[in-house]
Amino acid sequence: MSNFVSQNPLLVVTVVKAAVVLIALLTAVAYLTWFERKAVAHIQSRLGPYFVGPHGLLQPLADGIKNIFKEDITPAGVYRFTYFLAPFLSLGLALTSIALIPFGPAEVEVFGVTTNLAIAEVNVGLLILFAITSLSVYGVALAGWSSNSKYPLLGALRSSAQMVSYELTLTLSVVGILLMTQTFNLREIIVHQAGHYWGFIPRWHFFAAPFPQVIGFLCFFTAAVAETNRAPFDLAEAETELVAGFHTEYASMKFAMFFIAEYAAMVTVSILASLLFFGGWLSPFPAEWGWTLYIPTFALGIGALLLFWDGARYPTLFGKILMPVLGLVLAGLAFASAQPGLIHVIHGPFWFLGKVFFFLFLYVWIRGTLPRLRYDQLMNFGWKVLLPVVTLNVLLTAVAILVFQK
Amino acid sequence: MSAELLLFFVFAALAVLGAVSLIVQRHPIHSALSLIVVMVALAALYLLLGAEFIAAIQIIVYAGAIMVLFVFVIMVLNAGEEERTNLSRMARYVGVPLSILLTAQLAWWMMRATSGHSNGAPLHPTDTRGLARLLFSDFVFTFELTAILILVAMLGAVVLARRET
Amino acid sequence: MVPISYYLVLSAVLFGLGVVGFVFKRNIITIFMSIELMLNAVNLAFVAFSRSMDHLHGQVFVFFVIIVAAAEAAVGLAIVILIARNRESLNVERVNLLKL
Repeated sequence: MSNFVSQNPLLVVTVVKAAVVLIALLTAVAYLTWFERKAVAHIQSRLGPYFVGPHGLLQPLADGIKNIFKEDITPAGVYRFTYFLAPFLSLGLALTSIALIPFGPAEVEVFGVTTNLAIAEVNVGLLILFAITSLSVYGVALAGWSSNSKYPLLGALRSSAQMVSYELTLTLSVVGILLMTQTFNLREIIVHQAGHYWGFIPRWHFFAAPFPQVIGFLCFFTAAVAETNRAPFDLAEAETELVAGFHTEYASMKFAMFFIAEYAAMVTVSILASLLFFGGWLSPFPAEWGWTLYIPTFALGIGALLLFWDGARYPTLFGKILMPVLGLVLAGLAFASAQPGLIHVIHGPFWFLGKVFFFLFLYVWIRGTLPRLRYDQLMNFGWKVLLPVVTLNVLLTAVAILVFQK
Repeated sequence: MSAELLLFFVFAALAVLGAVSLIVQRHPIHSALSLIVVMVALAALYLLLGAEFIAAIQIIVYAGAIMVLFVFVIMVLNAGEEERTNLSRMARYVGVPLSILLTAQLAWWMMRATSGHSNGAPLHPTDTRGLARLLFSDFVFTFELTAILILVAMLGAVVLARRET
Repeated sequence: MVPISYYLVLSAVLFGLGVVGFVFKRNIITIFMSIELMLNAVNLAFVAFSRSMDHLHGQVFVFFVIIVAAAEAAVGLAIVILIARNRESLNVERVNLLKL
């Protein structure tokens, strides 16, 4: 066994990295569902899950168990092969795109192999990500068609037409960034955003000279929300519209696969938005302001104190135990991030996770606040408004680069 | 058996299996899915040959847009399974041998023509910048022509598929 | 090291399979897909030659082939939709008269 490890170190390290990232992603997806239900509930002046564990924290576990034990019904008359293929395709593609994303700057040394913090470091990483996104249309289209029923077919046709239309905007909206960085490599795009203007404005692509990619970011995020079939673009799968759209005829585990695929796509898009436009793991404060290195400690410490206080006054016994334990974990992290050895290790991931979390919150916020778009309004918006705007962004960026950078 | 050779055989087998499945399947949707498998296998082969940009373009355009169009048309037209009829006698006794002969000849001459060729320089992934430079300097006329071609095709498709109102 | 001739033989085999599909199948859409298979086989040959001669012209040509295939698929499938509407069938043997 150790012989195998020493002979193929790269293979073993890659497998370990893939396992770690997958577990982290699936946990994140599960708690994203909890977070979404809580946040949307509070936007709508109600409580959301609060029963299954303190603050409803065990709700995703309950949902998972429910989905496993539900009866798996296969309707008559479905086209069997594609019916069973579609959820696997959706889930597989959604989980694959995580492999291309770099999570940190440094190269670490594991098992004697120096490896960087990405599962696959490809020179055209951004293009391959878009390739995987464009393949995810098949999961939707095949699911709806093979269900042999009116509502799924309509929902699938509408949904896949919507996804294909907004893919154009999604891909064009990053061309402005490509013009400025001249590379498809995700790590180099992040490295290009290091540094600060005038000492305090970070050189992220959102603020970058010669042309701040504000329009690019807004178009990217809108197209991404449409691409992942989320509100306000979720006509094809909302409960009040087409029963449940393309996944009507899917029962327990297969429905759960579609569900996980949707939230994993949300996570991937949030990570992309933070990488491309907001600097990834780079801190917004310049390195000269040494005290900003302790912001993670500060934030984690306040989180720990809040959890302790909440645990102290929680009604149930389980809550009284669980919340302080979580608080202890956060306090331990806060303490660790103050050590001079570990401070640079925790610094990058802290800002990275913070930005990703902000975009996920933006996703949920938009879902809770905006009304749904009708289908023809949606397609009009995608082709007649977003596509010209994003083309204009590319033109303006190119002109700005020509004029301001000899 | 180096890793490259192993990967080549895996993806080549996948491509050939997909192509055979395309021909053998009766329902057009299964043929479409087989063709998608062939395209993805070919994209992997392009990656093996160092053509990263072309591999990504193959998946984005070919497997992700053109084949989606095929799948849409099959879904909308509700294409069903083909009826099961045997090949005609002409097809069975003349057609199939001739096709095999065509393939064998192509393969033989290609092998003979390149058996002396070295494998080229050590593999360096293609610089997209070099590709773009070529596209806009030597091939700029062709590039602009294809832009007009796409415009014409778009107009043609819209006009042709319009329902008479 | 994979010799270039392996890629070219694979390209020839795929092309032959595309020809077989084109000649022997009766569904218009499947015939169309066989044409796409033949185009893909040719693309593989182009990329293999581009690598063997260390020249980027092969890949530029692949780029153009993909674009032309896209345009052709769009117009061709529009025609297929029209045929399906007029002749009520996707069988190519029913489309063998110039006038219905």
